[in-house]
Amino acid sequence: MSDVLSLIVAKYNYWLYVILMMIGLYGMIAKNNLVKKIVGMNIFQTAIILFYVSVGYKRDATIPILANAHDAHGATAIHAADYINPLTSCLMLTAIVVSVATFGYAMALAVRIYQRYQTLEEDELRMRLSEE
Amino acid sequence: MHWPIDIIVLTFVIFCAIAALSVKDLLGTAILFGAYSFLMCLLWTIMGAVDVAFTEASVGAGVSTVFFVAAIFRTRRRTKD
Repeated sequence: MSDVLSLIVAKYNYWLYVILMMIGLYGMIAKNNLVKKIVGMNIFQTAIILFYVSVGYKRDATIPILANAHDAHGATAIHAADYINPLTSCLMLTAIVVSVATFGYAMALAVRIYQRYQTLEEDELRMRLSEE
Repeated sequence: MHWPIDIIVLTFVIFCAIAALSVKDLLGTAILFGAYSFLMCLLWTIMGAVDVAFTEASVGAGVSTVFFVAAIFRTRRRTKD
């Protein structure tokens, strides 16, 4: 029992990311407004990006810039354990830009839907679509 | 007692996410979503991913909020949920 509890406490950040992801999923499924759905999608994306960046994090490590790269002989040994893994954060840099592009495109689609149907609520939208 | 700073910022992030989804005014959603993005940027600085942090601060918090407010100006502020 105490093993399970200590496992839960030690990985508390992962549980909080799961909570954040579920908030985003709730926003996408249960909210009626299209803009709220888009915000839920963005929260979901940032939760996944947060998880990936936290995988690359190390305790007692510094940011991935070499400390002694320009000394006289260049002979200083580099310990990988002293630097945070930059691979995940570089991948997630692309994901942030893609998420902003998705957000802008979804907002443009929402504006077009409003111009045509004068509503952003999903139930009213469904009623107007069935009237046509 | 020693409190790790990341859990405090993560709690604020979760509060901002819930508030952004539950507020009845879409302009309030836009502002809370900007606050959410800036807190996320703080979290990435704590984790040492500084390149991700300043991309999020400029692109996520800046450009997203501008898109959001521009879209709300062309549509309606009120929402039912």
